[in-house]
Amino acid sequence: MILLVLICVLLLGGFAAWFSERRNPAAPRWVAIVTLTVEVLLLILPYSIASETDGLSSAWFAEFSGPWIPRFGIGLHLAMDGLSLLLIMLTVLLGFMAISSSWTEIKNRQGFFFFNLLMCLAGTIGVFLAVDLFLFFFFWELMIVPMYFLISIWGHENRTYAAIKFFIFTQVSSLLMLIAIIALMLIRYNKSGTYSFDYFELLNTALGPDAELWLMLGFFIAFTVKLPVVPFHTWLPDAHTQAPTGGSVILAGVMLKTGAYGLLRFVMPLFPEAAQQFAPVAMAMGAIGVLYAAVMAFAQSDLKRLIAYTSVSHMGFILLGIFSWNPLSLQGSVVTMLAHGISAAALFMIAGALQERLHTREMGNMGGLWPALPILSALTLFFAIASLGLPGLGNFVGEFLVLQGAFNVNTALTVAATLVLILAPVYALIMIQKTFYGPLYQHAPLSDFSRREWLSLGLLALTTVWLGLSPQTVLNVSAPALKQEMQSSVVKEG
Amino acid sequence: MNINQLIALAPIMTIAGTAIAVMLGIAVRRNFVLACSVAAVGLILSLWSLGSAWREIPIQTGLLIQVDAYMLFYMALLLSSGLAVLGFCYDYFKDREGQNEELPLLLLTALLGGSVLVGSTHFAAFFMGLEILSISLFVLIGYPLKQSRPLEGAIKYLILSGVSSAFLLMGMALIYAQCGELYFSGIGGYIASRDDMNIMVLGGIILIVAGLGFKLSLIPFHLWTPDVYQGAPAPITAFIATVSKGAVFVLLLRYFISTDSYAYKPLLNIFSVIAGLSILGGNLLALLQNNVKRLLAYSSIAHMGYLLVAFIAGGSISSVLLIESVTFYLFAYFITTIGAFGVVSILSTPQTEAEDISFYRGLFWQRPWLASAFTLMLLSLAGIPLTAGFIGKFYIFAGAADSRLWGLLFAIIVGSGLGLYYYLRIIVVMSTNAETTAIEPAQYSISTAVLVFLTMLLIWFGIYPTLLVNVIQLVAYAT
Repeated sequence: MILLVLICVLLLGGFAAWFSERRNPAAPRWVAIVTLTVEVLLLILPYSIASETDGLSSAWFAEFSGPWIPRFGIGLHLAMDGLSLLLIMLTVLLGFMAISSSWTEIKNRQGFFFFNLLMCLAGTIGVFLAVDLFLFFFFWELMIVPMYFLISIWGHENRTYAAIKFFIFTQVSSLLMLIAIIALMLIRYNKSGTYSFDYFELLNTALGPDAELWLMLGFFIAFTVKLPVVPFHTWLPDAHTQAPTGGSVILAGVMLKTGAYGLLRFVMPLFPEAAQQFAPVAMAMGAIGVLYAAVMAFAQSDLKRLIAYTSVSHMGFILLGIFSWNPLSLQGSVVTMLAHGISAAALFMIAGALQERLHTREMGNMGGLWPALPILSALTLFFAIASLGLPGLGNFVGEFLVLQGAFNVNTALTVAATLVLILAPVYALIMIQKTFYGPLYQHAPLSDFSRREWLSLGLLALTTVWLGLSPQTVLNVSAPALKQEMQSSVVKEG
Repeated sequence: MNINQLIALAPIMTIAGTAIAVMLGIAVRRNFVLACSVAAVGLILSLWSLGSAWREIPIQTGLLIQVDAYMLFYMALLLSSGLAVLGFCYDYFKDREGQNEELPLLLLTALLGGSVLVGSTHFAAFFMGLEILSISLFVLIGYPLKQSRPLEGAIKYLILSGVSSAFLLMGMALIYAQCGELYFSGIGGYIASRDDMNIMVLGGIILIVAGLGFKLSLIPFHLWTPDVYQGAPAPITAFIATVSKGAVFVLLLRYFISTDSYAYKPLLNIFSVIAGLSILGGNLLALLQNNVKRLLAYSSIAHMGYLLVAFIAGGSISSVLLIESVTFYLFAYFITTIGAFGVVSILSTPQTEAEDISFYRGLFWQRPWLASAFTLMLLSLAGIPLTAGFIGKFYIFAGAADSRLWGLLFAIIVGSGLGLYYYLRIIVVMSTNAETTAIEPAQYSISTAVLVFLTMLLIWFGIYPTLLVNVIQLVAYAT
């Protein structure tokens, strides 16, 4: 029941935020804050269960099930394990950050803005909780629409193009997934005679090798477009660059993770054999993505575009880790998801803050900002080196585990992907160099971080350090879930 | 004719009677409000009498019409759509000059034709119904007599409709020449009794399909669509797009199921080509439009293509799933299309038709509720969740995947991608900032009420379709 409440609170909060604008133009953001605070309180209970999972018989520690469309055996089936819990906590944390970064940036139509923001979060949490494939698809589509509005209404100069591109890429690829979902359901129907979209019932459906490969591809494309992986990444730099800061934070921090989550939760367990066959291709795509996006990041002059490409690069690591399919690499992928979510969100917030002050994203128009904005610059440096994977910070743990896990599976690709450890400092440092060093470009007085910005980024910085120094807390929460995913894919082979 | 048959035919007779009443009323006193209210009361009475007819089914009334669950369900759909269109028509025409009293009369006769069409089991009823419907539509399209566009549309529709009727009659003649039967079931018996395909019958069906293709505006029979959609007054466009097309499609489906024409496999290949062309062509041509009515015209071509995919799937899936998927899709399409044209009709004034896309600039901030309703309608046309259009699309996907029509499914995906672009374009225009001063919107209370109702249905069936699915299943099993 608490799972349903988790989603409903956000939905109701969204409407409340929209309508509160009538009372007071500044009210929506407070409503949004209150909504997310309630969400945090609701998460305490599942977390306290999750932290003692050793005693639990199953990795799933909360479940809700109700009928929805009985005609096709579609149920309102939600369930939570360690993996979904971690991602939901990330979602809520970044939700706060998105609100914080939109605090002064969004000046008009705040009600509708925060409505869309909360709808986005609701859709994302729904994606992380749904274990009925139809319901999953429903939420999957649902989170796209508000994000489309966020980009197309409050975005920057080229927003229409970016928003429509984002919508069409994700929608078309997800229709492929819809066909795969329906085909999977029909194959099961022909065997057993009852309709069902339930994840647990579809898990052990025996498929022919051909069917399995095609269905797997349907899911794979939908998730890798969202992740995104080269060559499906072209929507991402546009969408990220044009989105308002709050939108970028959600997009980079949370929405990309839904792709990784889908691969982990659905592709591998539902189609283990096809996935194993396909693993070399997927890992190659991951490794190519890591390197290609890193080089592309280096070549950008637009700050947000640069950060967007670093995201693509990190997502390549996640793909590499997932398709290596061993406990180490999976844990690495999960930690990378969390760490990247935090560092990318922070970098986008900084880019947004700079744009608010300088009205530009071009790094050519910046330079020499360090003396003018010392706190902002120091925090940027911190997150830049977090993003390049400095030991002691979260991203390092994730990348290290991924590389270590993948090494035994495919040495050549892992070695190739490791080269990014040279490329990442190059793009991270060039960003710092162009933006903060050299002669001061602008002479107007600039205000450094306000207390609100300082607090938000400080919180993210602390989380990154904590993730880097004591990743075991997180690993413990996700371990049972990952173990179960691995088991369910093994059972079917046997 | 016994009493049971009379009760079963009561809905049709009520409409015919109301039409006569409206006609006589006009002869006595010209009053638009009166004519509309009489028509509305007649429609409601007819809808109510569907309930008592439900208890008599299935029953053959006379030679031509079979009253069964299938017919009654679709009659209910057509009549409710007629009622909604009448509501929009009232607000649209009440401030216009000219004699508008015949408008409800023509709507009633068109609905009469549509109702005969969905119940016909005989070529004679089929043709009669179609002609009553078409002849009423010519006049409705050209109703604003003093403007050139409606007249152009009416003439185009008249000529092409005449040609398509000729095709239709020729097809019927060919089939009759071979089978010696005009009853659908008799033709079905003939087809079932022969192992090989008869080339005359095949040719006949192809001609019939060509004739109906005109009405359904499937590519390559679509040329009239954009002009007629643009020329006709907005509520009438909604009527053509839903009632006329829906009734024809329902008849086509009944014909194919009861004559067992699915046995003619080459037909399905022809249909597949038509469907593919309609989906891709309709969506591609819609990309180029700056006129909302023309854009929706091309989008309706594509939607008929989607529907045809579900129809083709009938060759290898159970007729229950077939009827279910077609019915749900049609239902969603009806709500959405009437709603979308309803918005156009609410925004139109006697001076200007709200058809250019620039007309919608900033609508989100001037009239947020209207713009939200339009957005939901467009998202439903695009098949996005939370709306009935998504469930409809799901049904089509399910049917097509079940009969392994991968090529057509791929066409649908490409078409949806294209479709999304032009639907989103309208939404983008609505959400841009408009500097123009808002014109004081006219108060159209009936239209607004209808639109609110349609929007609620759209979301209700999008989120919780179970009730509708159960009703449709009842109909599908009874057929």
